[in-house]
Formats: sequence, C-alpha cells, structure tokens
Amino acid sequence: MNTSLLFIALISLTLFSYWFGLKRSLKVAGGAEHKKDLTCLPEQFGLLTAMVCGLPALITLLIFNSAEQLVIEQLLTTTLPANIQSLSSIDFGLYLNNIRSLASSETTQALLQGVAAQQNDIALQGQFQAALTLQELNQQAVWLKTGLVLIIAVVSVIVLVRKFSLTYKARQKSEAIVRALLVASSAIAILTTLGIVVSVLFESIQFFKSVSPAEFMFGTQWSPQTAMRSDQVGGSGSFGAVPLFAGTMLITFIAMLLAVPVGLMIAIYLSQYASTKLRSFAKPMLEVLAGIPTVVYGFFAALTVAPVIRNLGESFGLSVASESALAAGLVMGTMIIPFVSSLSEDAISAVPNALKEASLGMGATKSETVVKVLLPAALPGIVGAILLAISRAIGETMIVVMAAGMAANLTANPLDSVTTVTVQIVTLLTGDQEFDSPKTLAAFALGLMLFITTLGLNILALKVVRKYREQYD
Amino acid sequence: MTNSIDNSPASSRNNSPMSHTEASTASSTTEKVALSLKKRHQKEKRFKSIGLFAVLFGFMLVVILIGDITSKALPAFHQHWVKLDVNYQSDWLSVDDSSTQQVLAKQLKSANYRKVLKNSVYQMFSTSTGKKLSRKEKRQLFKLFSTNAEFTIKDALIAAPNQLNKQVTVWVRLDDDVDSYLKEDFAVGEAGLRITKQQAMWLAQLATEARIESRFNVSFFTASDSREPELAGIKGALMGTLLTMFVTLLLSFPLGVAGALYLEEFAPKNRITDLIEININNLAAVPSIVFGLLGLAVIINLFGLPRSAPLVGGIVLTLMTLPTIIIASRAAIKAVPPSLREAALGLGASKMQVTFSHVLPQAMPGIITGAIIGIAQALGETAPLLMIGMVAFIVDVPTSIVDSSTVLPVQIFLWADSPERAFLAKTSAAILVLLTLLLVINVTATVLRSKFEKK
Repeated sequence: MNTSLLFIALISLTLFSYWFGLKRSLKVAGGAEHKKDLTCLPEQFGLLTAMVCGLPALITLLIFNSAEQLVIEQLLTTTLPANIQSLSSIDFGLYLNNIRSLASSETTQALLQGVAAQQNDIALQGQFQAALTLQELNQQAVWLKTGLVLIIAVVSVIVLVRKFSLTYKARQKSEAIVRALLVASSAIAILTTLGIVVSVLFESIQFFKSVSPAEFMFGTQWSPQTAMRSDQVGGSGSFGAVPLFAGTMLITFIAMLLAVPVGLMIAIYLSQYASTKLRSFAKPMLEVLAGIPTVVYGFFAALTVAPVIRNLGESFGLSVASESALAAGLVMGTMIIPFVSSLSEDAISAVPNALKEASLGMGATKSETVVKVLLPAALPGIVGAILLAISRAIGETMIVVMAAGMAANLTANPLDSVTTVTVQIVTLLTGDQEFDSPKTLAAFALGLMLFITTLGLNILALKVVRKYREQYD
Repeated sequence: MTNSIDNSPASSRNNSPMSHTEASTASSTTEKVALSLKKRHQKEKRFKSIGLFAVLFGFMLVVILIGDITSKALPAFHQHWVKLDVNYQSDWLSVDDSSTQQVLAKQLKSANYRKVLKNSVYQMFSTSTGKKLSRKEKRQLFKLFSTNAEFTIKDALIAAPNQLNKQVTVWVRLDDDVDSYLKEDFAVGEAGLRITKQQAMWLAQLATEARIESRFNVSFFTASDSREPELAGIKGALMGTLLTMFVTLLLSFPLGVAGALYLEEFAPKNRITDLIEININNLAAVPSIVFGLLGLAVIINLFGLPRSAPLVGGIVLTLMTLPTIIIASRAAIKAVPPSLREAALGLGASKMQVTFSHVLPQAMPGIITGAIIGIAQALGETAPLLMIGMVAFIVDVPTSIVDSSTVLPVQIFLWADSPERAFLAKTSAAILVLLTLLLVINVTATVLRSKFEKK
C-alpha cells in the first residue's frame, strides 16, 4: 500500500472511529435514552475517539516517511561488499543512484533476477543483486509501515474505548489534545526560524572549513567555478564576496534613491493635501505596484527598461552594459515606492494632531508645517520604513536575477553590470549539483549573510519605531 | 502702537517694560513677514506640486508597466495558420493502400507524414511558379511551417482515412519566426529578422492567394511548455500553480488559524509567547529566497521529498505565507467583541467551545481575507521555487502533487530567458494571465472585506 492509499485508509478509519466512540459511549450509558447519565455528550466521546485513532497513527506515518529513505540506505550499505563501502562519498552516491534507478518500480523482480543471472561481470552482477536487495527492503518497509500505522490506530482506539465509563471526561481530554495542536501550530514559526538558522548555519560551517571566513568576507575575487579535475585551467574557485556585497549595495542605493523621495512625497501629499476622492483612488492604484509579482518587474527591467537606458546612454556617448545596475535598481525602486509611501504615511499620521494644529495656528504654511514639524516628529517612523525597505531591496531576488549581470565586477559605476548576493545564490543552486562542493555550500554562506543582514535591519527598524511610539502614546 | 511709548503699564498689551526699539522691530518683523509671504506661498505651491507630481509619477509607473506588458502580450493571443493542399499519396506515406482497413489504420499511425508535407508543399510552389525548386529553396520553403505541421496533417488523415490518395486542403501552423514577421510588419532585410527575401516572397504569394489566416491562439491555453514558441502553452504551468496553491492553502490555512487562535485566545503572557510573536514578525520580513534554501536543505535533502514537486513547493510557500496569515487572523480574532466571549462563558461553555463555536465563526471573514492575501503573495512567488528545482523544462501536465512540475511565475522566468523572438509575446501573455489571476483573487478579498465591514 503506498502512502496516499494508506492516508485515505487512515482517514476512513478515523471517521469510522468517531461513529464507533459515539455508539460505544451510548452503550456504556445503557442506550440512547440514558444519554443524560454520561458526564459528556456522546459526540464528544466520538470526537475523542477519532482524534486518538488518527493522530498517533498520522504522526507515526510522517516520522516513518521521513526516516524511511535514510534507514533503508543504511541497511543496504551494510549488505554491500567492502570494496564498495570504502568508495569515496561522491562515487558511492553515484553507485547508490545506479542501484536506485535499477530498483525503480518499473523493473519487476523476475526481470532483475533474470538479468542478474545472465551478467558475467561480477561488479555488474553485484549491482543487480544490490538492486534486488533494495527492492526487497522497500517492500518490507511498505509492509512494516502499513502494519505499524494501522495497528497503532486500532490499538489506541481499543485501549481508549475500554476506559469509557459514565464519568469519563471525554470533553476535557479532547480539548487538551486540541490545545496541544494549537500550541504546536504556533510553534511552527519558531521551528521555521530554527530550521533556517540551523540548516543555513550547518552548510555554512561546512563551507568555512574549505574557505576561510576572512577570505569570504574580505576577498575581492569571486569566481565560484571549482575544478572538476585537478589539472583543469581556470577552475581554481575563489570565494571573495566583496564584489557581491558591493553590487548589492549599489543596486539597493539606486533603488532607494528613487523610492525614498518619491515614496515620501506621495505619503506627504496623500496625507496632507489630497482630497478624499483622490486618496481613495490613489491608494489602490499604488497598491497595484506592491502586488505585482517580482518576476514581472524582472521581465520589465530586462526587456524594457534596460534597452531604453542603453539607447539613452549611447545617444550621450556613454558605454552602458546591457545588464546595467541602473536598470535593475530603478525597477526595484519602483517596486518599493508603495512600501515606503504606506509605511511613512502611517508614521506621519501617527503624529498627534495638536502639533500640526499648533504649527498652522502660528501662521506656518502647510509645507513649513510638514518640513519643520511633522517630518521631524515622524522621523523615527520614516527611518524605520526606510530600513525595512532597504532590507527588502537586499533580499529581492527575481528583478536582479533577470536584469542584473552574472559577472562579479567591483565597481561603483551604475552603468556597469554588477551581480548581487541573491543572484549568486540562484546561479549556484539552480540545476544539478552535488551537495557538498564548496560551490553549492557557498550559496548557503551567502544565504547566511543575507539572513543576518535582513534580520538585523528588521530588528533595528522595529526598535526605532517602538522607541518613537513610546514618546506619544 | 504709538501710545505704548508713554510707558503706562495699562496700555501696554504685551507686558514689555519698554519699547521704543521693540515696537520698531515688531513693525519691521511684520513687514518682513508680509514681504516674505509671497515667497513662502510660492514655496508652498512648489512643495504641493512636487507632491502631486510624485503621485502622478506613481500612476505613470503603473500605467507604463501594465501598458507595456499588455501591448507586448497581444500578439501572443493570435497565430497565423496557412492553408496547404496536402496530397496524401500512399507511396509518399509508405503505406500499402491495398491492405485491409485495420492494417491500414495501424500503418497510418506510423506513416511518413513529413514526406507528404514536403512533397505537397514543393508541388504547390513549383506548379505555381512553373520551375523546379533548388535544394536550398526547398529547405527554406519547408522552414516556413511549424514542426508541428506534420502532426496536424497526420491527425487530419487519421480522422478521415478515406482521403488517402486524394488532395485535400489542411490548415497548419506557420513557424514562429514567420508568425512574428507577419505580426510585426518588418521590412525585408532588417536586422533581427529571420526571414529571407525568398521566404518573404512566398509568404506574400500565400497571402494574395488568401491562404494565410490569423486565428485565436487556443493552444496557448491548452498546450504545455514546448521548445517551439508557436506550440508552447501555459496549461502545464497553470496546473502546477493550481496544485502548489492547493497544498499551500491546505497547510497554511489550518496552521495559520490554529496558531493565531492560540496566540490570541489561550497563550499566557510570558517570555515564550513573546518569543513566538517576535519570531512571526521577523519571519514575515525574511527574504523569500531564504525559505528556498530551507526547503532545499531540509525538505529535499534531509526528508528526501521529491525535487520539483508541487508538494515541496507548497510546503515552502506555506512556511513563507504562514506569518502573513497568522498576523491577519490575529487582527480578525482581536476584532471579535469580548462581550461575545463573556456571554458564552457565562452560560457555561468551556473556553474551547467559546473559541470554536463563537469567536472563530465571527472572525472567519477577516481570516479568509488574510488567507487570500497570503495566497496571492504565494501565487506570484518565484525565487524559493527556483531553489527547490521547480525550474525544469517540463512538457507533461502534472496530475499529482508529487509529479515534477513548474508554476506560472517560473514559466515566465524561463520564457523570458529564451532567445526566440516569439517567446517575448508568450512571456507577456503569461504575465497577463498571472496578473488577471491576482486581480481576481484580490478583488475577491476586497469584496469579502467590505461585506464583512458592513456587518
């Protein structure tokens, strides 16, 4: 029985046990007319039975499924001859892959046996034998899984139902289970963070074993192509990430140069000058910019903005790279405008009205009030908004993947092509790759830097905003 | 002001002990103010117009973006077909027309349709011009038609086997380069044009014979990805998106609601709860690509789930959208009046009963709105899916959540990278479909919200 079938069986079993628990409780009470003698409603008995039936079995199924592959491979390894077990990890992985594809479900056991008997080559014969063993192990695992899950489901129902009595507190028990589920759901957020930190950190530590952190942080050469063979030319692989950091900062800076003034002016105009009619039209219109998927911006940047900038630059006699930082930065800035404007508008409208009215009452014009009273008062909120916007620009991936370059140039010229941290993560990790080469591990080290930077910016932004709130509330 | 000079305290309004000099400065301040007023008002006007300009600039960006993509997308929705006189000669097909019907039907399935197509086309053009085609001309001529054309004439014959050995007219697709040429009105010989002079002449000839027709491009919606732009469609990607969103919704909605219910209704105010809250807020701002790294390292490499599968994509997007849904759900739950809870509690309901039968139904519209916004966010997400391998070239339409598949945004990314000119329009059209989907989802959310607010 495969997993989805087993899952369906488990669900039907759970539904059945609801009915079973309900009937059983009525029987304990001595018939439906004595329902009132029970401490809890029969439905609550049913609910408890269903939960007790489904949950442990489901958890077993999930654990079994996630551990299955690993255990089977371990078992298979122990049956293999010693000369294969002593292979290097990469070759061994290839060998296992071979066996896995041989043992895939399309090849029947009889066929494998037949071919295995025909092979004269001992090594090949060994592979076929191993494939047979793997198939057998898989078969056993499936039976074990089916048996284990169904037995757990049935046994837990039987154990529970035997405890039913007139004073059995079915409702309290089921509520305790639901509560535990709620706690578990809210803990997923923590687990996710933990998962990110542990997985990224673990791979990064692997990476820093082969490349020193100092070289990574301060090196100025980035060419992650490692040599496949030792005699290969130009594949030494150097992992100095400074050009990536510089490229990320350049593009982020360009984006901010567009987004901050425009976003801030929009926020000021909409909160201080605009009529309600314009506001109710402008806000959703600008939200459109925030709702457009980043891949669309990437397309727009690469195929519309970049050629325009190149042609414009060339008409002034400038040499512009076809994947200039300027195009990516401007489009990213466009994406961030609504983000800056809505957060700064919140900050501006959080300034107490008394301040504004006092300023206007003293005869200041609206613009003077905005510049000299509202903006200074809202400054922490606006700074927080800008920090969040920077964090978003640094983490933005699709625009730069599509519109910025791949070559790691260390330059401050916005017309040149630069690459960013996120672009390199995507380039290093898309396509087939073995998992433990420095090339792929470098992506995780970059991911770690990205995570730390954005997290730091977010925490800083929240702190700034919070401090500001304390002043007026 | 003059009577304040004689120093009587009663007449002095502004409590100043002496004021000859002060009065004169005061008057000059007023003058200064009056003088600067014009300048200040000008400044005010300038400031206001800069603000208005910023807002209009924002509008302009929206209009340019949507307009540019729409104008690029329009050509993809229609496609040129050409009417060919196909001569189904049995010796070209290399089938034996004297065999029984059953054998013939079998033979027709594997017959040589390319030869039929080639010979029919050569015949058409050599008879019309009256001279024999050279080898080079033949090659160029054959290139006018889509690689799919031979399958089109195959299907036509299999549908009507009695047309064997007859000449019939069949409509087939033109090649993507030809299609772009016909749509965009290039001058022959222009750079970037992939049509030769000879080919252009043939096309003109076909056009004058009214053999070329522009039709609505149905296959864009019914076909899967293809290397040939004239055959590529979004069905596979749409199906992948649907499956991925299904998994995302199935996981993130219950988990998000349960998490929000716990934090809002049950959680004690302590350090752990604080930690969870800070965590959720921070997770909402973590770059999406980091979730992709998590998916690659943990879900694929540790738990061994299949790469490129909607299941893995759904799990990663769930982790990504969970904070959004939790935050929105908490706001909705918070908005339920406490009196409702107290009334139910007073009547003897347990805390759990109050939560599930009173608070949750009341908060549901708000929660659903939040979930829809989360799903809209997940729908447009690309970067984390690149990490978990949903970026492969996949021709089959996925049917289950463990099949290899791709999603609409990733399809856009893939097509945007393709060098063929016709993919430009395809990409824009796919973007238009994606934006339409998002629009529908967001409008649904807005309608739901306004309905909820009216209550």
